[in-house]
Amino acid sequence: MIPALALVLGVVLGLVLQPTVPAALQPYLPIAVVAALDAVFGAVRAQLDGIFDEKVFVVSFVSNVLVAGLVVFLGDQLGVGGQLSTGVVVVLGIRIFSNAAAIRRHVFGA
Amino acid sequence: MTERMTERMTERPPLLRRLLRPRLRSVDLLVAVLLALLGFAAAVQVRSTQDDGPLRGARQEDLVQILDDLSNRNDRLRTEVDDLTQARQRLSEGGGTTAAAIEEARRRAEVLGILAGTLPAEGPGVELVLRDPERVLGADVLLDALQELRDAGAEAVQLEGPVGSRGEATSVTESVRVVASTALLDGEDGVVVGGVELRPPYRFVVVGDPPTLASALGIPGGVVATVEQRGGRAEVRQQERVVVDALVPLEAPEYARPADD
Repeated sequence: MIPALALVLGVVLGLVLQPTVPAALQPYLPIAVVAALDAVFGAVRAQLDGIFDEKVFVVSFVSNVLVAGLVVFLGDQLGVGGQLSTGVVVVLGIRIFSNAAAIRRHVFGA
Repeated sequence: MTERMTERMTERPPLLRRLLRPRLRSVDLLVAVLLALLGFAAAVQVRSTQDDGPLRGARQEDLVQILDDLSNRNDRLRTEVDDLTQARQRLSEGGGTTAAAIEEARRRAEVLGILAGTLPAEGPGVELVLRDPERVLGADVLLDALQELRDAGAEAVQLEGPVGSRGEATSVTESVRVVASTALLDGEDGVVVGGVELRPPYRFVVVGDPPTLASALGIPGGVVATVEQRGGRAEVRQQERVVVDALVPLEAPEYARPADD
């Protein structure tokens, strides 16, 4: 319950404050958000599986964001930032889909 | 199936309880903070993507590419602006030259018109009235007077006759503009000037420097002396303003054409 409320609070804060994204963070923010979404979906699935562990969630969340950012950063340095960003989004998207499918099986039993 | 249901039933209470009465461990707090961060970041990202058009989310190399394109286009447009500016300058200068040429041509046409007698002229000058009651003044005297006047710098001349007793033009007075091609001949009752017979008294209306013209006419052995000697009377009046308004009809030369420089 508290995590859901926190999520809503964050969204509301973001909409109300409307901060400007620092230029240095601009390439990483969307990737970080997608990576974090992946972690959240994984957490929801684990919760439904009954194997949710806060520590695991925190570590996976942070490492997901960091690795995604790192990959994009490396891609930028290598001159393939755009392609790597797409790759990261694709991989994370697949994971989100598979997690979503597992969650669906849990919730709807199908 | 029944087994699974019971399993889920037994699983539910702890989950519900945990959802309804959350324990506030530090890890839970961390999870909440992370999710709040996620919500915040997502909202900000969505916001900025909506706000700032396609460039906001564009990657660095894309932006560089776009910037390059814009720079190239800017250069092209700047070159075009330079070309157009130069063209405009050329055209305006050309227009100025044309206007100046027209002005010059107009000025020359006026000068030539005065010289050729096709334009009226006015200015300071003299009036020379020659009275000839005894009909002793022929074309030669008038021609001498005309040459003397030209020598003295007469710029426009017309010859009139007959004028009134005070030397004024009357209704019978005929006026002839005297130009380079004007011929003076003795006529029956007077002098034929440019094909028009004028009767005495004659009057020269001359535009030029009045003192110079007057002194040229008055020199010993000059026009005035000759006329007096012949038995006529000559009268020179310097005027601040005289009007030479008789015109020579303008005829285009039939054969002569301007020669190339």
